[in-house]
Amino acid sequence: MTDSVKRAAETPDEPMPFAELGMKQDEYDRVKEILGRRPTGSELAIYSVMWSEHCSYKSSKVHLKQFATKAPKSEALLVGMGENAGVVDIGDGWAATFKIESHNHPSYVEPHQGAATGVGGIVRDIMSMGARPIAVMDALRFGAADAVDTRRVLPGVVEGISSYGNCLGLPNIGGEVVFDPCYLGNPLVNALCVGLLRKDQIKLATAPGPGNKVVLFGASTGPDGIGGASVLASATFEDESQAKRPAVQVGDPFMEKLLIECCLELYAADVVVGIQDLGAAGVSCATTELAAKGTGGMTVDLNLVPLRDPSLRPEEILMSESQERMMAVVRPGDIPAFMAICAKWDVPATVIGEVTDTGRLVMTWDGEVIVDIPPGTAADDGPVYERPFHEPAGQAALNADTPDRLERPADLRATLLKLLGSPNLASKAWVTDQYDRYVRSNTVLAQPADAGMLRISEAIEGAEPTTRGIALSTDGNGRYAKLDPYAGAQLALAEAYRNVAVTGAKPLAVTNCLNFGSPEDPEVMWQFAEATRGLADACKALGVPVTGGNVSFYNQTGSTAIHPTPVVGVLGVIDDVAKRVPTGFTGEGLRVVLLGDTGAEFGGSEWAHVEHHHLGGLPPQANLAAEQALATVLVEAARRGLLEGSHDLSDGGLAIALAESCLAKGVGAEIELTGDAFTDLFSESAARALVVVRPEAYDEFASLCGRHDVPCYGLGVTGGASLVVKGVFEVSVEDLRETHTAALPALFG
Amino acid sequence: MSAARVGVVTFPGTLDDQDAARAVRLVGAEAVPLWHADHDLKGVDAVFLPGGFSYGDYLRCGAISRFAPLMEELVPAAKAGLPVIGTCNGFQILCEAHLLPGALTRNASLHYVCRDQRLKVEQTGTAWTNAFTPGQEIVLPIKHGEGRYVASDDTLAALESGGHVVFRYVGNPNGSLNDIAGIRNEAGNVVGLMPHPEHAVEELVGAPSTDGLGIFTSILKNLVNA
Repeated sequence: MTDSVKRAAETPDEPMPFAELGMKQDEYDRVKEILGRRPTGSELAIYSVMWSEHCSYKSSKVHLKQFATKAPKSEALLVGMGENAGVVDIGDGWAATFKIESHNHPSYVEPHQGAATGVGGIVRDIMSMGARPIAVMDALRFGAADAVDTRRVLPGVVEGISSYGNCLGLPNIGGEVVFDPCYLGNPLVNALCVGLLRKDQIKLATAPGPGNKVVLFGASTGPDGIGGASVLASATFEDESQAKRPAVQVGDPFMEKLLIECCLELYAADVVVGIQDLGAAGVSCATTELAAKGTGGMTVDLNLVPLRDPSLRPEEILMSESQERMMAVVRPGDIPAFMAICAKWDVPATVIGEVTDTGRLVMTWDGEVIVDIPPGTAADDGPVYERPFHEPAGQAALNADTPDRLERPADLRATLLKLLGSPNLASKAWVTDQYDRYVRSNTVLAQPADAGMLRISEAIEGAEPTTRGIALSTDGNGRYAKLDPYAGAQLALAEAYRNVAVTGAKPLAVTNCLNFGSPEDPEVMWQFAEATRGLADACKALGVPVTGGNVSFYNQTGSTAIHPTPVVGVLGVIDDVAKRVPTGFTGEGLRVVLLGDTGAEFGGSEWAHVEHHHLGGLPPQANLAAEQALATVLVEAARRGLLEGSHDLSDGGLAIALAESCLAKGVGAEIELTGDAFTDLFSESAARALVVVRPEAYDEFASLCGRHDVPCYGLGVTGGASLVVKGVFEVSVEDLRETHTAALPALFG
Repeated sequence: MSAARVGVVTFPGTLDDQDAARAVRLVGAEAVPLWHADHDLKGVDAVFLPGGFSYGDYLRCGAISRFAPLMEELVPAAKAGLPVIGTCNGFQILCEAHLLPGALTRNASLHYVCRDQRLKVEQTGTAWTNAFTPGQEIVLPIKHGEGRYVASDDTLAALESGGHVVFRYVGNPNGSLNDIAGIRNEAGNVVGLMPHPEHAVEELVGAPSTDGLGIFTSILKNLVNA
């Protein structure tokens, strides 16, 4: 029997399964108050998914506001937070849109499909801004590399990203692979997509104009992912997660590739008034959001939704998270042209409704009204929680347990090799070789470069040529954030910002994926509050606004949360992409120069982690003024053609940066240290980078550094087949390579 | 004379068509888009079947594409001597269409692999490889999950004795029999290979090599001399 609005009015006391759908009693009471009656099953479906943590940001909203209130003034920002993705002006009439999003819980339950649909979802977000998606990146975090379950999760996740992303024809140009026991039951799969569009072609998720048609196009709707938004993304994992398998969506990258080309042709033909992708909460989300941002009303006949499984009930259709679907608002006169383009690409398209000015979202099923709600109440007026928070009980003790007590190594060569061969620092080629980094032929830099870089000139056919390129990096460090979430978030931003700058690109804007435990735990909430405050302050200090992102809560098993893990993506622009700075030592006879100062900072370091399994003390100091000065020097030096190569200093410090620089082209170096060798080599002080310059360019470069107060130390010269640290150790590039490349294949086959 | 016209085919799910067209233009030829659903080769002088996942490759790679309307035109034209090259998915389609012998199966590693691969050019007597020198070692990227070339013993023997192996891997990445990376037909106008020459044509982007240009200059030379 269909639970119609009429029936709901007649049976006010019928019990509704709001708790099973993840809704609290007071939230349910608010729905009744809004509607003046009990909701129908379909209405409950809509409110429960739209008010879930995943869709409504009800626990994070009050903190995320800072990204707007503290936002630095930026002329580059064309579309800020709140849309499907932010859009940034990158010059010459071009705009870039980018966003990072989590697909953590699905990737634990079903690694392949969970990760694959994570890529699919973020790509559709980018498409819905009117852009051509041009690249993806993935920031991945797993449990200990040798843990049994990591051998299930990691290969599945990598294969999912590989099969989906490769089939879409999007180069995968970077990202991270990090291992830590804290992620064992809660892997983090954060997918980033970047797209390009002309500045004047931005599309928005809005349904204006009464009489305009609502078109659902792409894949048909099936039972996959039903309740995914509320059941999967908003509940803590307990032991029954295997039982949740059907809630993970199944992806069809081929349909998504057709959707991309189809959408771009629809945009070019100017037959789209408003557009929204169907992600979490599917039809519920698309209809309420489009209607709420448009004229305010919409009618939908749910019987018209093409189904893969004809037995689906309206409640299930509303909650289904079937992939590869989009919803567009189209002028009636444009419908034939719209349909013809969809037919060319074999993309099914169906008119399912119409825009109205009634202020109500009205849906029918078998001729009966089953939904009649003000759409804004579901889309925008969800609950907002001021969750209590306080510093974790053990925080002071954690910070007091500094690495000072740890025994310093006697054999620094052995320490270097041990770190270089440890899973976090070893070559990630086992993973990244499974991703296509070349498709579309615009990839200037890809992993293992510090940042991915793409040329723009030929990304869209027929568009005005430009010499510009964009660079992107994602970074995060859960250990730093565990020790100090405020500083940890700033350090994540600083590293991504630095990684963009070392390639010669000027950092412009930020996206973030905030991965935390349960917001209902005041100690986790404190970590979240501190991290958002730190990130907002740092964005302001560095002049790079947050354009969007995503919050992933409930990353915990039982009462044990993951390390707080803000992952930050930074997008930058390089005026002439031919002047990009490659990673590492690119030739012999070049001066090796260290930029930035080094202190004895080992809290949360790779050395403490690998050698002593120690986590305590404080993370390195985040010196944002120094980061900004360093970036200014790097960008200006690249513009003047002074840099032959560069590399960011981060995890594992100078030792790892030197080793990776040697490995880039198989060129050794001889360097000399002046301070304590262990500190110089393994400290993780921030705001540092390694560059190589031609000897004749050194003076000009050094004076540029001087002008910006960036400390600049000549360490030695590139050349030979070994990395020689005078008076400390010598190790052949061949040994470095063997150690660096053997680790992951040994673990994963 | 007018520029040589090289057709670049797009199936649903083709990915490297823009890349191939750009490489064609880089050597001064005209790239002509060919659409899978058309019975029309548009009078092109040669055809490039690019890589991708045509029809999602949910069935055997290339198995559906061989039935496309365009292929009904292409197969007889190739048999009549039209120069045709297929890379990656294009190679798979040429095998499925029986323009080339053998088949491409899942990599021995069972993983997709994207890598800059060293190759040896074995045959320079084809329409697509005459700009190389015999035995020349080149680097082209590979990126495939199903690139392991297999064929019957008889077919392999015929390929070897006839000099039909065009490219061989130096360091076999996928378990291909006899390290075969690319082959040609009897006449030498049809060539298929798993590596991607179109991703190795510019210093700035793609693989750290421009060896792929040889494929495109070869066909240009071939057409101009024809």
